[in-house]
Amino acid sequence: MVGDSIFVAMSVLLFTIIVLVGAFLAGLVGSLTGLGGGVIIIPLLTLGLGVDIHYAIGASIISVIATSSGSAAAYVKEGITNIRIGMFLEVATTISAIIGAIVTVYINPSYIAVIFGLILLFSAAMMVRKKVDHSDNDTSGKLAVFFKLNGTYPTENGVKKYAVHNVIGGFLMMFVAGTISGLLGIGSGALKVIAMDNIMRIPFKVSTTTSNFMMGVTAAASAIVYLHRGQIDPGIAMPVTVGVLLGATIGSKILVKTKTDKLKVVFAIVVTFLAIQMIYNGLSGRL
Amino acid sequence: MIKESKNFFADKDIQVILGTLLRVGVISSMTVVFIGGLIYLFFNYANVVDYGKFDSGKSGLASVGAIFEGLKTMDGAAIIQFGTLLLIFTPVARVVFSVFSFLIERDYLYVLIGLMVLSIILYSLSDKLVG
Repeated sequence: MVGDSIFVAMSVLLFTIIVLVGAFLAGLVGSLTGLGGGVIIIPLLTLGLGVDIHYAIGASIISVIATSSGSAAAYVKEGITNIRIGMFLEVATTISAIIGAIVTVYINPSYIAVIFGLILLFSAAMMVRKKVDHSDNDTSGKLAVFFKLNGTYPTENGVKKYAVHNVIGGFLMMFVAGTISGLLGIGSGALKVIAMDNIMRIPFKVSTTTSNFMMGVTAAASAIVYLHRGQIDPGIAMPVTVGVLLGATIGSKILVKTKTDKLKVVFAIVVTFLAIQMIYNGLSGRL
Repeated sequence: MIKESKNFFADKDIQVILGTLLRVGVISSMTVVFIGGLIYLFFNYANVVDYGKFDSGKSGLASVGAIFEGLKTMDGAAIIQFGTLLLIFTPVARVVFSVFSFLIERDYLYVLIGLMVLSIILYSLSDKLVG
C-alpha cells in the first residue's frame, strides 16, 4: 500500500512537524468548540500516520489534559466552577477511568476504533444540537442537599440560585463517561454534558466549567496508567503537548471575542467524516 | 443572603488562585517538554519513526523512577516525559489545592471526598495495575 510505504520512510523530524501542526489545530478547534483534542489527534495518528492505536490513545489523553488546563483560563472568566459538584463526580470518573485504562489493552484495536467512531458521531450530534437549559431552584433533592451540591452563579440581574437533581443518575452517567474516557483516551465531554445538563439539570454557566475541571483530573488518572504501560511515548507526546497547549491557549483567547456557532457545524461535519473513517477501518480490520 | 454572597466571593478568590496554578503548571510543563524536544530532535531527527506496532517496553520510560533516572544524563526523551508528568500532575495539584480550601472552610465531608479522589489517583501510580 502506498500509505504504508510513506509511513515507513518517515523521519523523526517530519513526523514531529506533522504532529505538531495537527496538534496545534486540534487544540485550537478543541477549545473553540468545546470538543477535546483527542477527537482529532487519534484519527490523525492512526489513519494519517499509521501509528498503533494504543500509542494514539496515550498521546490523546495528554492532549485532553492540555486542552483542559490550557483553556481553563478563559473558562474561569466565563463561568463559575462548582468545585463540590466536580469533586463529588470525580469519585465516579477517576475510578471508572482507571478501570477503562486497564481494560483497553485487552480489547481488539478494531473494536476500539469502532467504539471511538461511534462516540465521535455522538459528540458531533451533541455539538450542533440546540442546548436547552433545564436548571431551576427546586431544592427538594435530599442527596443534593446532603452533598451541598446546590449553588449560585452571578448573572446580569444579580446572583442566581440553582438546584441539582437526580444525583444518583448523574453519578452513574459519569461512571460511564469515565470508562469511555479511560478506554479511548478522550475527555468524553459529550457524555459529561448529558450527565450534568440533562440528568442533573445544572445551568450551562456552571456545567461547562465544572466539566472542564473534571476532564483534566479524570484524564490524569488514566494517563498515569497509560504511562506505566509505555503508551505515552516521548516522541509523540512532545509535539502533541506543545502543539495542543499553544492551540488551546490561542483558541481560548479568541473564544472570549467570537461566536462559534458556524465553526461548530463545520467541525461537526469533519468529525462525522473522521468517525465514519474510523468505523470503516475498524470493521475492515485495518486498525 | 449576606453569608451566601460572602461565600461566593471566597469562591471567586479561589478561582483566581486556581487559574494561576494552572497557568504555572501549563507553562512550566510546556517549557520542559520543549527543551527536551530540542535535545531529542538534535540526536534523533534523521532516525525513522516506528510506531506501527505497540511495544510496551520500547521507550524504557514507563515509570516515574525511570524518568528521573534518565534526567540525570540529560536524555531528551526523559526530559520530555518529565514535562509530560508535570502536565499530568497539574490537574492533580488542583485537587490538592481544593482539599486545602475545603479544610479552611471546615467542610470535612468534602475534605474526605477530595482525599478519596486523590487516593484513587495515587493508587493508579502503583505498577500493579498494568498487566
